[in-house]
Amino acid sequence: MGYCTGKTFRYDRASIQCYAAVVGKAENEGPYGGEFDEVIDDNRGGADTWEQAEAQFQKKAVGHVLRKSGLSPENIGVMFAGDLLNQCVSSSYGLKDYYIPFLGIYGACSTFAEGLLLSGAMVNAGYVDNAIAVTSSHFSSAERQFRFPLNYGGVRPPTAQWTATASGAALVASTGKPPFIRAATVGKIEDMGVTDVNNMGAAMAGAAYDTLSRHFTHMGSHPQDYDLIITGDLGLVGSELLHDLFKRDGVDIEKNHKDCGLMLFDRATQDVHAGGSGCGCSASMMCGHFLKRIESGELDRVLFCATGALMSTTMVQQGGSIPGIAHAVELTSY
Amino acid sequence: METFLEYAKAFVVGGALCVVGQLLIDLTKLTPARILVSYVVAGVLLGAVGVYQPLIDFAGGGATVPLTGFGNLLAKGVKEAVDKDGLIGALTGGLTSAAAGVTAAIVAGLLAGLIFKSGSKINEK
Amino acid sequence: MNISNREYGELAKKRSPNSKMYKTLPKAFLIGGIICTIGEGLLNLYAYLGLNEEHAGALTSTTLIFLSALLTGFEIYDRIAQQAGAGSLVPITGFANAVVSPAIDFKSEGYVLGLGAKMFVIAGPVIVYGVSASVLYGIVYYIVGLFMK
Repeated sequence: MGYCTGKTFRYDRASIQCYAAVVGKAENEGPYGGEFDEVIDDNRGGADTWEQAEAQFQKKAVGHVLRKSGLSPENIGVMFAGDLLNQCVSSSYGLKDYYIPFLGIYGACSTFAEGLLLSGAMVNAGYVDNAIAVTSSHFSSAERQFRFPLNYGGVRPPTAQWTATASGAALVASTGKPPFIRAATVGKIEDMGVTDVNNMGAAMAGAAYDTLSRHFTHMGSHPQDYDLIITGDLGLVGSELLHDLFKRDGVDIEKNHKDCGLMLFDRATQDVHAGGSGCGCSASMMCGHFLKRIESGELDRVLFCATGALMSTTMVQQGGSIPGIAHAVELTSY
Repeated sequence: METFLEYAKAFVVGGALCVVGQLLIDLTKLTPARILVSYVVAGVLLGAVGVYQPLIDFAGGGATVPLTGFGNLLAKGVKEAVDKDGLIGALTGGLTSAAAGVTAAIVAGLLAGLIFKSGSKINEK
Repeated sequence: MNISNREYGELAKKRSPNSKMYKTLPKAFLIGGIICTIGEGLLNLYAYLGLNEEHAGALTSTTLIFLSALLTGFEIYDRIAQQAGAGSLVPITGFANAVVSPAIDFKSEGYVLGLGAKMFVIAGPVIVYGVSASVLYGIVYYIVGLFMK
């Protein structure tokens, strides 16, 4: 079988008009606390169950984006939304009351980049005037679905990551103002043979390497051409593995590489082991922190590569490994 | 002094049984559920070959509180029931001797389930 | 990918930190030991109150199970467990935590299909394999007994 290198899509009139992040208590106590639009201190937001709570996070994030843009739901062309729960219920239940044309997407923790990529494509192609990309994750709902009951005293190994309780939403339109979406590369499913459900970073690093490498090749760019290369939630283990993989090619990306999983929480004071994870992790870091800095010109050229572990407890229990995926979106201030 | 020694024995033997479990977690990546299963089955085996009772005589709570003690209880119950009733005892003995523990866990689970709400785990160190 | 899964696996192993056993083992020993010492104290208390050995043992287990249920409900047991590791997993209190925590957590899916059905989602295998092993032992013990007569 030949090696498919895919394509890197170029965009010439897609930019991010506005964006918003809603986070939980622990996320706001991290190093970037205070940069988010809303903090839900009890992580529930008035909901009775954790799944309904996560839906609230998405609903609120989209609400903030609509408020900032001054648009009402009937002015929105299409919405791409996703989360980690089965049947993506946080998206469908959280966003049902907006009555915006809805496309549910799933790419595990890579979903926010997938949403930006698709929103940019729809706007750039002229099918819609604008599009919303939104994702969320919630520690408690993810724990219930993927691991153990919340009050269970299971031990987390040092390679485990902590699912972020957060949501981020962005409105993409042709405003002619930064941050611009310049290019995007669709990731391929990369199964590195990792079977440890407590080591998602290792399951995802291969996919990030593959997508980033192809993006550099197609763009004729080098890692040092970017102010920052931001990965989604590789955490400590995945980030080091990504550096290792590039080092084998003689490329050093360590200097301008940042990982949202290592940024959202303070690993010294918060017990998150190898770092944060979840669709809400990179979405809230982008919408709370990075996009502002691209808009202001503090960062000129950024490559955002969200990574996802396409993990299923059923497949892992059947002896399967955990495939990874990563999508890259290039954002510029010019 | 004798009381102190008794508690020290319970502490050391109980602690040691937990250290074995911790070694299994750290070295083999066995999930908690698998470790619990291994402990109970190991308790049944050790009880069956007759080495667990001497450990209980020595360490008391240090040997009965870990789940191996639960396994030993199952084996002990089966042995007594087979002695008394024959082959049918193999079916009745285990849960009879473990009835208090299993029933207590079910009732405690039901009551706690009715009273408490699932908590939002904190990640402070 | 220009790297084989085997080569990648070795790289990943090198980059994945192991548990610091000089920390985890003493903590498991200490907390596990304390729980067992409490058990010993309860045994003595119930014996002092005049219960026979069997009943004192049963009541000790029951007391520990209810204590664990209470600590689980107040979100204290899982915090102890983060430090204790196997020290709070292996004792009967860990078994109780495994029964009680899903009961609390899955109440949101109803009292029958949630709380009732999911109660033994973690601890169920303990009963299944423990009881089955004891039945197997009973049969072997019976057959050996026939030949010994």
